Amino acid sequence: MTAVFQVDHLKKSFGGLDVTRDVSLSLKKGDRVALIGPNGAGKTTFVNLVTGHLRPNSGRVLMGGEDISAFNPMRRVRAGLVRSFQVTRLFADMTPEQHVALAILQREGKSGRIAGSFRAMPEVMHETYAILETLNLATLATAPVSEIAYGQQRLLEIALAMALRPQVLLLDEPAAGVPHSDTFLIESALAQLPNDLAVLMIEHDMDLVFRFAKRVIVLAAGEIIFDGSPREVTKDARVREAYLGSYAGAVNS
Amino acid sequence: MTISNTSATPIRPLAGVGNNWLRDLAGIAIILAAAVAGYFLFPNNLALLTRMIAIMLFVLSLDLVTGYCGVATLGHAALFGSGAYAAGIAAAHFGITEPLTMVAIGALGGAIAGLVSGVVILRGHGLAQLVLSIAIIHLFHEAANKASAYTGGSDGLAGISPEPILGLFAFDLWGRTAYVFGIILLVVIFFLLRILVRSPFGMLCRGIRQDPVRVSAMGASVKSTLLKMYVISGLVAGVGGGFNAVSTQVVGLDSLSFTNSAEALVMLVLGGTGTLYGALIGTIVFIGVEDLVSAANPFHWLTIVGALLIAVVLFAPKGLYGTAAAIIERYRKDGR
Ligand SMILES: Nc1ncnc2c1ncn2[C@@H]1O[C@H](COP(=O)(O)OP(=O)(O)OP(=O)(O)O)[C@@H](O)[C@H]1O
Ligand SMILES: [Mg+2]
Repeated sequence: MTAVFQVDHLKKSFGGLDVTRDVSLSLKKGDRVALIGPNGAGKTTFVNLVTGHLRPNSGRVLMGGEDISAFNPMRRVRAGLVRSFQVTRLFADMTPEQHVALAILQREGKSGRIAGSFRAMPEVMHETYAILETLNLATLATAPVSEIAYGQQRLLEIALAMALRPQVLLLDEPAAGVPHSDTFLIESALAQLPNDLAVLMIEHDMDLVFRFAKRVIVLAAGEIIFDGSPREVTKDARVREAYLGSYAGAVNS
Repeated sequence: MTISNTSATPIRPLAGVGNNWLRDLAGIAIILAAAVAGYFLFPNNLALLTRMIAIMLFVLSLDLVTGYCGVATLGHAALFGSGAYAAGIAAAHFGITEPLTMVAIGALGGAIAGLVSGVVILRGHGLAQLVLSIAIIHLFHEAANKASAYTGGSDGLAGISPEPILGLFAFDLWGRTAYVFGIILLVVIFFLLRILVRSPFGMLCRGIRQDPVRVSAMGASVKSTLLKMYVISGLVAGVGGGFNAVSTQVVGLDSLSFTNSAEALVMLVLGGTGTLYGALIGTIVFIGVEDLVSAANPFHWLTIVGALLIAVVLFAPKGLYGTAAAIIERYRKDGR
């Protein structure tokens, strides 16, 4: 089966620092992949490069075989490539209901309408509440986001991604900042994602990674050092080395 | 995908739609009540109240780009002044003197100025944006000054004598017709803008103000959304400018000035940004205080503006309306 998402030889340096060194990978429909690596490995940078928020020095990004490297972030989303953010980016004075409705309206090409409220559009309201209910957010639907708990804001980030109906979803640490006792909420939200969606999740919580992913990619110092099954990743010598912090300079295997 | 069965999930907060309409109708009722009160309380000051209406339209238009979209601009008079000149030139040079038509031409002039300003100003961010907006207003000012064959240059554009509105309502010496005309324009525009800010497009703009990166990650175009708002803002400012040309029968270079832009921003901050109501209240307070104090002593006028601004920024950072609304909201929550 052809890849829905493919990255070829992506490279990026900030000043003299190579943050992404020749990264290539591809995802198929329905993939559940975890991207892990020590702090500062370049995981978020990779997402920024792929979504067009940063410009790579070289390399290509393809969606369903089409080269989208020249697209701006907006067009990449429209091509089906959606991301979430490591630190929640939401509109503080808007409600979850408004967030999700806006994402749906945007997807449907109706966000430019200068009259009418989404509350008077039954199909938008219906879908909005269907998504909010899936993520157990319906009871908070009309509270300003600034007044809801951080864990629920993280869920809303996932709700926004779902509302856009992507083909490829890049989740940047969906459980970051959520108390360990609440990560199960995030986990059950992830379980609700459509089966045919390709998901690449960056995550530090290894329990979550092992339960979620069927494939694990390890990034260290801007390079992919492992790409394989969750079972093998803990046994891999280079991965252990990277996590022990002795990775720098020892790249000669 | 279409979901046809809407009764499966109960949609509870639909009541909110009715609430919004009710609130807007109440707002419009208050505007009308204030207008009637103004008419009877200040029968000799209708010219001042009429100027206030024109400026209200201008400050409303500024609220659209600054309050709702977060664009910092000190050049918004370019939109208002272009509307005024468009209507004035149409009347003085082309014999188009029907007031509604003049206002429509003003709106068009404002929209074009909005498009031009938007294209330039939206290229920058933050401080650069502010500087570009200042450059824009100076360029517009200078252009109007140079094109004196049409604009009358620094002498101002005179020779504007509007016909009766729709051929029916002639302008009178006391300015009653102009006042009523202005109130009608204001109420209609205000109502339309309430619809606009609640629309999907209005939500998108609010989103851009808070986090443009998030908006682009939702697949929306930040630039073209803002540009569209600039054109709409130009329409509104142009109506204000066109109406000002109709009611005062002159257009001066000061309508296209940096000072005019800055004053509009002061009024908006005074009343509160991003509510539309704040724009109205800020204009009333600013022009009202200006009139009261400057009659006594022009020096004190500036002192009072300064003191007022400092007080608002320090003690009521959401502006007069925003702060009052927040207090009422808190009171209502406690009461429940
Ligand atoms: N805009 C930038 N300019 C310069 N350096 C940057 C920039 N963005 C990131 N970096 C550097 O690139 C490296 C990788 O950062 P990145 O945020 O991608 O790491 P990460 O793997 O996501 O880490 P974490 O697990 O902490 O989120 C870091 O050393 C960081 O300091
Ligand atoms: Mg990161």
